[in-house]
Amino acid sequence: MIELTDTNSAGIAAEFLRARKKAGSPAMGMVMTLVIVVDEDQAHDAMEAARGASKEHPARVLGVILGDARGKAVINAQVGTGSGWSGETALIRLNGEVVKYPESVVLPLLLPDSPVAAWWPADAPQDPASDPLGALAQRRITDAAAATRVRTKAIHRQCAAYAKGNTDLAWTRLTPWRALLAAALDQHPEKVIGASVTAERISPSADLLVAWLNDRLKVDVDRTNSDGPGITEVVLRTKSGDVSINRPDGKLAAFVSPGQPDRPVALKRRSVPELLAEELRRLDEDDTYAATARRLVKLASK
Amino acid sequence: MTTGWTNPLRDPDDRRMPRIAGPSGMVLFGVTGDLARKKVMPAIYDLANRGLLPPGFSLVGYARRDWADQDFAQIVHDSVRAHARTEFREEVWRQLAEGLRFVQGDFSDDAAFEKLRRTIEELDEVRGTGGNHAFYLSIPPKFFGDVIDQLEEHGLATPQDGSWRRVVVEKPFGHDLESARELNAVIDRVFPPESVFRIDHYLGKETVQNILAMRFANNLFEPIWNSNYVDHVQITMAEDIGIGGRAGYYDGIGAARDVMQNHLIQLMALVAMEEPVSFDAESLRIEKQKILSSVVLPRRLDLNTARGQYAAGWAGGEKVGGYLEEEDIANTSTTETFASIRLDVETRRWAGVPFYLRTGKRLGRRVTEVAVVFKRAPHLPFSETATEDLSHNTVVFRIQPDEGITMRFGSKVPGTAMEIRDVNMDFAYGGSFTEASPEAYERLILDVLLGDPPLFPQQREVELSWKVLDPILEHWAKQDAAGKSKVEQYRSGHWGPESAHAMLARDGRVWRRP
Repeated sequence: MIELTDTNSAGIAAEFLRARKKAGSPAMGMVMTLVIVVDEDQAHDAMEAARGASKEHPARVLGVILGDARGKAVINAQVGTGSGWSGETALIRLNGEVVKYPESVVLPLLLPDSPVAAWWPADAPQDPASDPLGALAQRRITDAAAATRVRTKAIHRQCAAYAKGNTDLAWTRLTPWRALLAAALDQHPEKVIGASVTAERISPSADLLVAWLNDRLKVDVDRTNSDGPGITEVVLRTKSGDVSINRPDGKLAAFVSPGQPDRPVALKRRSVPELLAEELRRLDEDDTYAATARRLVKLASK
Repeated sequence: MTTGWTNPLRDPDDRRMPRIAGPSGMVLFGVTGDLARKKVMPAIYDLANRGLLPPGFSLVGYARRDWADQDFAQIVHDSVRAHARTEFREEVWRQLAEGLRFVQGDFSDDAAFEKLRRTIEELDEVRGTGGNHAFYLSIPPKFFGDVIDQLEEHGLATPQDGSWRRVVVEKPFGHDLESARELNAVIDRVFPPESVFRIDHYLGKETVQNILAMRFANNLFEPIWNSNYVDHVQITMAEDIGIGGRAGYYDGIGAARDVMQNHLIQLMALVAMEEPVSFDAESLRIEKQKILSSVVLPRRLDLNTARGQYAAGWAGGEKVGGYLEEEDIANTSTTETFASIRLDVETRRWAGVPFYLRTGKRLGRRVTEVAVVFKRAPHLPFSETATEDLSHNTVVFRIQPDEGITMRFGSKVPGTAMEIRDVNMDFAYGGSFTEASPEAYERLILDVLLGDPPLFPQQREVELSWKVLDPILEHWAKQDAAGKSKVEQYRSGHWGPESAHAMLARDGRVWRRP
């Protein structure tokens, strides 16, 4: 890691080039730029998570810490390559007036042509698409479950502000559940006449699952509370009985369907690097999430 | 599945949703073999860990050992612990372990196959496998007949309505055209062609599939992918090790039958074939068959093939014995451990572009790659001295290890004089992507359970590749019988026999050092 104090974009770009030459100009094969907008206390964890995800998606990772917007503009940065990263990384601290114009720092550092993803590991802007950094990206990743302010409403706000390219890790967390539920109906091909989702009290993922099931199955979906962790049970009601998946411990689920023996199935809660890696696999619009977000807003307004 | 029913939770636009196999189980014959323990069992665990196996998936082991279910579970546990790609998790193991069964018996044991049938029926009942079972024959081909007959006799091969039975076989698919046909006849009698899955693990590799992506997704390469620009193609599969303990299998088979017939000819087909209409199994097969049936052999096989056996010496800093000194190998053995051949493809695209294939054991290093070597520029507006270090432009697909693509082209040497030399541009697929990318076996086993056949060679392809190889094998056999031109000994740890180098030198070319 090289520390640059009172620098600018050109200084950071020059350091990238220097570090790369020093490493013998290896083939980096970077496929995207990942911009992480983060607080000082979460910066370390977020960069670690990006390191995990960068194994699958080699990226130039730019961590941006927005400091106090008052006073003279100062940019400090830590730049590094190699040693566990299959890409380049810079953690950029902005202070003073420049905090209002972070895109002016980030834009010159984007990899040519390649896509840009933005990630807010904790609190996200109300409307990520019109955020100055969010506007640079075609993928905008928020995490309603990690919000520290008005957590109960976070996913509703994100869904209400949905724009092409937005996505939330609460949605990513649902993929294994959704896959298993779809597989459950493959095995038990019958019309679903009702459904319920049980989860801890505040669970953006559960809210999204309710909206998705409602959207796909066109039935009312009950939402009940449990002590968690996360989602603990999903029931699909059919004429011949209930198909259900319950996971009391956050690891191993039981798969129950009428006329069939109960079967255990591993359904682990995934780590943030895994979620991020899944999120970066596709950078086009997620139509299913779009439909689900619309549905969630509609359900909330009822 | 009942007709007219569409699962409302499935949506083709929902591309995040992974493919999970439907209710099913697998019966593994030959559970004690290397392949079963090192590849198949770990791949099954990795699939379960990634959440891609159906709930209730069951694995039945069949072998002669006097084991109980728990002993078999222990074997699977150990092999998963030692060889699985993904992290070991107790809850995944529990899910898998509940579906493990063992049936003891040999391949002619009627009572044991009857027990196997009852075991499968019991699994359908308690685990919900729905009558869908794949029989994985990880056993020597000479036993295929026995097992297949038994499966038929005990009603294991015929599915009930709405369920399936599939059979999975591994290479070698015969040792020549005739035996390949015989082998197929044995399987074909009982299982219809669409239920037979031949595993060529090379085709499950990400880097091999990437050959198709690179060729047909880009506009940059296709225009020059023909005899106007390509000088020749070299396909190399080299191993740095000897035959190890595989004497029984290897002697009498040799390098050409072992890997050339399947892996190398498949690689050649992927590099040379025309664009398929789509990427379904049928379209791919049509294009591969077309290219394989336009392969012709050189007239003078003695000048355009080479073979050798590794001799004692030093390889990679270790003292090693020669092939003829390996345990259980007769010192009169003529089995080749190195083979190289020239093939020509008679199509408009490839006329006059030779494809050189080589494979061998105990060579310089372990590497598999396909190199497309381009012609030199028709006119070079530089002085002759300026371009002395410039050779042929090359695109290299590095299949393993260090997966990726290399491009070699000329660039100016910094300085006041105009000097041009070859430089490499690397795309490293490995290191980054591969850590997260699944093993070939995972992909292939999942495809078997899903019934998705694009990556499995069909009998026709197998027969066509034997048709290519048979005359060469016969030629070598004739040479041996006549006592002429024996298998040449080559230096361990180097790049094969002199005759292989001479073979290319006659065409005015050289083997790349991979």
